[in-house]
Order: sequence, then C-alpha cells, then structure tokens
Amino acid sequence: MSDNANDVMNNPVVLSVDHVSKSFKLPTEQATGMKQAFINWTKGIKGYKKQQVLKDISFSVHKGEFFGIVGRNGGGKSTLLKIISQIYYPETGSVKVNGKLVPFIELGVGFNPELTGRENVYLNGSLLGFTSEEVDAMYDDIVEFAELEEFMDQKLKNYSSGMQVRLAFSVAIKARGDILVLDEVLAVGDEAFQRKCDEFFTEIKKDPSKTVILVTHDMDSVRKYCSRAMMIADGEVEAIGDPETVSQQYTLANLKADEAAERKQREERGGYPNGLNKRCPLLRTYAVSPQILKSSDTFRFAVEYQYDEPGDFYLAIAMHDIRRGGISYDTGMKTFKMEKHGHHTVHFDIPLNIFNNGEFRLITSLRTPNPVNDERTEAVGVAVDENACTFVIQDDRNREYALLSDRALTFTQVDISNKD
Amino acid sequence: MVDNLKSRYTYAWVVLRGLVETDFKLRYQGSVLGIAWSVLKPLMMFCVMYVVFGKFLRMSDGTSTYPVVLLLGISSWQFVTESTNVGLRSVVERGDLLRKIHFPNYIVVVSATVGALISYAINLCVVLLFALVARVQFTWRVVLLPLNIIELYAVTLGLTLLMATMYVYFRDIAHIWEVLQQLVFYGMPIIYPLSYVTNRGGLYAELARLELINPFAQTIQDIRHNLIAPETQPTIWNSFDNPFIKAFPVVLTVALLWLGVYLFRRNSRKFAEVM
Repeated sequence: MSDNANDVMNNPVVLSVDHVSKSFKLPTEQATGMKQAFINWTKGIKGYKKQQVLKDISFSVHKGEFFGIVGRNGGGKSTLLKIISQIYYPETGSVKVNGKLVPFIELGVGFNPELTGRENVYLNGSLLGFTSEEVDAMYDDIVEFAELEEFMDQKLKNYSSGMQVRLAFSVAIKARGDILVLDEVLAVGDEAFQRKCDEFFTEIKKDPSKTVILVTHDMDSVRKYCSRAMMIADGEVEAIGDPETVSQQYTLANLKADEAAERKQREERGGYPNGLNKRCPLLRTYAVSPQILKSSDTFRFAVEYQYDEPGDFYLAIAMHDIRRGGISYDTGMKTFKMEKHGHHTVHFDIPLNIFNNGEFRLITSLRTPNPVNDERTEAVGVAVDENACTFVIQDDRNREYALLSDRALTFTQVDISNKD
Repeated sequence: MVDNLKSRYTYAWVVLRGLVETDFKLRYQGSVLGIAWSVLKPLMMFCVMYVVFGKFLRMSDGTSTYPVVLLLGISSWQFVTESTNVGLRSVVERGDLLRKIHFPNYIVVVSATVGALISYAINLCVVLLFALVARVQFTWRVVLLPLNIIELYAVTLGLTLLMATMYVYFRDIAHIWEVLQQLVFYGMPIIYPLSYVTNRGGLYAELARLELINPFAQTIQDIRHNLIAPETQPTIWNSFDNPFIKAFPVVLTVALLWLGVYLFRRNSRKFAEVM
C-alpha cells in the first residue's frame, strides 16, 4: 500500500498549484445599474469589501493519484476547485495542468430538459470539450453505467430526478479525461448504484493512468479511495499527506469548532456552563477514586455545588450507560436532601459488583420542590458535558454484552415435568 | 505551441457546434412543423411585408425590384438585431455554464451571432426566391456579396461583444440599445428608399448622404447594390468622392471589432466571479 503510494509520487506531476491566492470583492452596495454606479463613484464609495478566500496555496498532484480535498464549509475548497478547473483565475501564483482536465463542479451542467438523453450526453460532452467522435467512443460505457439503455431516446424532462442524476454522474466518471475533478458528488442514486460507484472508484484508484481530485465532506470516502489528501482551513493548507491522518485532523477541527460554538453559547448564557445558571452557578460531578475500575472496586465520586437561595433542595443523580444507552440507575428526586446552602462538596459511593464491563456517566441535577405539587421537584441546574463524570468498568471476570453480571443475576432453568 | 493552439481552437469549435446545434434544435421544439418553420416563417412574413409595403404603402423608388430590395434590407437588419439582442444577454444567460465549466467564453456570444447568421442565410434564400419571381437581373457584382456579409458580421460581432461585456456589469445597456437600435434603424434607408430623403433637396440631401457613413447602412446598401439593383441603389462608393469618407465605415467596423474583442477578453476572466 505505501509502496504503491510512493510509486505514484514518482510519477510526473499533472497538476501543480503554485502560491495561489484569491480574494473576492463582496458588494456592499447594489450597483447593477449605471445610475447607482455613478452615484457611488461621485460619493467615492467603493461599493465592496474584500474577502481573502485563499492564501498562498501550493501543492501538486501526480499522475495516477486519487487526491482528496477536505475542509469545512467556507474554507475555500470550492474556490480552489474552480481555480484548478480554470473557471476562476488566481490573483497571484499559477496553476499548471498537464493533460485534459474534466471538471464536474456540478452534475449535468448544460443539461436541457427538452433534449433526449442521447442529445444531452453529446451536448454535455461537447461542453466539456469532447468531439462527437470522442463521445461516440464513450457513449456505450456511459449509458451502460447509468443503466438507462431504453430511455436514451426519451426527453430528459420525462426522466425521474434519480435517472437524471445517474446519467449526469455516469458522464462525469466515464468521461475520458486525464484528470477528473469531482465536487461532492458521491452520494447519488439508490443503493445498488452506490455500490456500483464504490466498485468503480476502488477500481480507478488502482488505475495508474487516471488522476482524480475529489472534494468531499465524507471522511469514509477519503479513507477508502484517496491515496493522498489535503485539508484546507481558512484559505490555507492545514494538512497534506496520508488520508488517515488528514481525515483525523479534519474530525478534530470539527470538534474544535463545536467546542468554540459551545464556548460562544456559554458566553451568551452569561458565562455559565451548559445546564447551569445564575441561581445555581456551580454543579460538578467528579471522580474521587480512579476512573477505570474492577467490579470488586467501589467507585467514589463527589458533587460540588453552590446554591444560595433559602429553602429545601435536593441532589438527584442519574447513571447513564454510554455503551448500551439508557439510564441504568437513578437516585430519585428527593433521596438526597442537602443540609447546607452555599458552596459545598458531598461524596457518594457506588458498589460495582453487579455490573459487567462498560462505560458510565453520572449526571447530577440540583432540584427544589415544586410549590404546587409536593410530589414533584424542579431542576435548578444540571451538571452535563464537562461537569458530568465518567467512569469505566474493566474486569477480566466480566462479560461485555449485557449490563448486569452473573453475580447480580442468573437465570435458572426449571424442570416442570408433567405428571401425566 | 502549434498543438496548443490547435487544441484550443478545437475545443472552441466543439463547444460552438454543441451550442449552436442545441439552440437550433430547441428553437422550434414542440411545434408540429418543427424545423420547417425556419423557412416558412420568413416566407410568410415576407409575403405580408411585400403586400403591405409594396402594394398598399407603395413604398418605392420607382423600380419594379424595390420590394425585393426592401425584403433584403429588412432581413439584413433583422440579423443585426437578432444577434445583438440575443448576444448581449448571452453571457449572463449562460452564466450557469460559465460558472461551472471552463471554456472560451466568447463562444457563447459567437454562438448567438452564428445562430442569427443561420437564420439570415435561410432568409437570404427566401429573398432569392422572391428575386427570381420578380425577375431580377443578377450581375457579376454578386461575387462581392461574401465580402459585404463578412463586414456586416464583423461589425455586428464587435458591437455584440462590446455590449455583452457591458451587460454583465450594467443591465441598463439592454434597454439603452433597444432605443438606440430604433434610432439607427430609422436613421438609415431600410424601409424607405434613400431617394425619399434626397429628393427633398438642400440640407436633407446632404444628410441623406451622411446616412451611408454608418457601417450598417453601408454594408446593407452594398448588399442590396451588389445582389439586386446595381443601377438604383446608392452606396457610399458612388455617393462620395473623398477617400477618407469612403474608408470611414470600414475603419469603424475594424475599430469596433477590435474594441469588442479587446474589452471582452480583458473582462472575460472575471465573468464567472462577477455574475
């Protein structure tokens, strides 16, 4: 596998992107009329604001590579793709293409509903620069792959949308270019068609004469098909190299973005963590004993809280089973009545003997009695996310599948012999 | 180098063919008579015009072939309006293509003018039919016709490229041109014979001669002169002695084409981003 990748890297470069930068002018004024343009000009309004989309991007793709480009929305992937396809021109730097590059920024560009399937294939082909002889040569392949043999003389408007997409996709991947550029087009068609595409991509990956550049969000396909991948973030090359590493980095970046969003949310809440508020600014569950335990151990944890309002209040703790889902145990709303207001810490023990292996999370809520219905309570604060506490049971004596161990519960077979 | 150029123009040619063929196929899409309309329509339109202008309005310069001259003028001007009006919107209308595929984007403008050129060719055939019926005596001058048509195409293409570029930034140009083309139309002898104006004498006669300086008027008069009525159709060549004035329309044509190509090329890289 790695030998193969190295072989490819020795192949000639078919696409080289050299220090490419690109910025766009975003219009701030509506100026599609002469009058407005003139007014703006007299007032000295520029009418736009500059946005740097790509910053000094350099990389090269070798012949036979299956090159993936990943990145979050708005990171500049599509702009880069359009520059590679020479639809946009780079502001600085240059793009060199060696061979016939066939771009598919969107499937079925130029498809016309009034034309037949056959005519559309030829039209689409000619827009991509294939002469009708060249389209003749790949026509059967395209139709066969799309599985639309008996529909080719029907007008496109009579196709179902799935059929249209299949036809467009087949043109895209059966087009005999040297470099194929695909943007987010993998998830088309039904399951059978998906499988076919999967086979096709696996095959093309081995073909040393075809180069594919794929832009996608789907990390599975990056790992599966790509021989090399690149991640773009904020207009810069964040990572380039083997697809496994890059896709991990991408996942990580997404997590970070989630965290950032979380932080932002917290700021909007006034700086309190998720689930907490001004009345209950602090509620935290944390492990006192080690977090990886055996069944013979007892898990000790603590709950730290701050609650200053007068009146009764309780701590309720739920034990979630991360592996199997669901709540394994809950203390009940009114079991632990707290004695002291203010900032305090209380400790709890859980015997683990009855459980099999698993991962568990403890979520504590601070509750006050419901003024109307004495049976019920209201949650003032909940300790979730980083305020929840996780622990793991790992014991050779245990089994993995079910929650309860044999020590807690065993079934007994009974023998009811009929007396007749 | 040669290969590079060759592949560039093959590409342009392939795209041009694809677009023109599609447009032509779609033009009479869904009609019962289909492609026959492309001949039938001008034939019927010309019959109407022949009757209205030739018989009722008696628009004539006194020659029996004038109705044919009229049709020739109108169909030539139709070519100009069709290619400019379709062509100037073509870049924006084909925006979805330009934003998704890289191809020489002057092709969309050229394909619009070529589409108009095809209609023009069909119309010319119909006019020829009328000419035969009207017993027009053709002369050796017919061989000059291709030159005139090339010039007409050149000036039209130049103007279309220029306006197509402007239209991307300023949609107003479409409306401005709509008005302007009326001015140009009535400012040259198409539905009236030039002698109508000349015969009023004095200043009008001078102005009538000046009408011929416009490249559209010059080429359309040349086409009429060379194809149908060498004796009666005035051209810039037989109306002026000054060689500079004679050269003016041709120079203007070349200048307009150059300007159109230059501006279009300079801006076309940005079309995909601006739209």
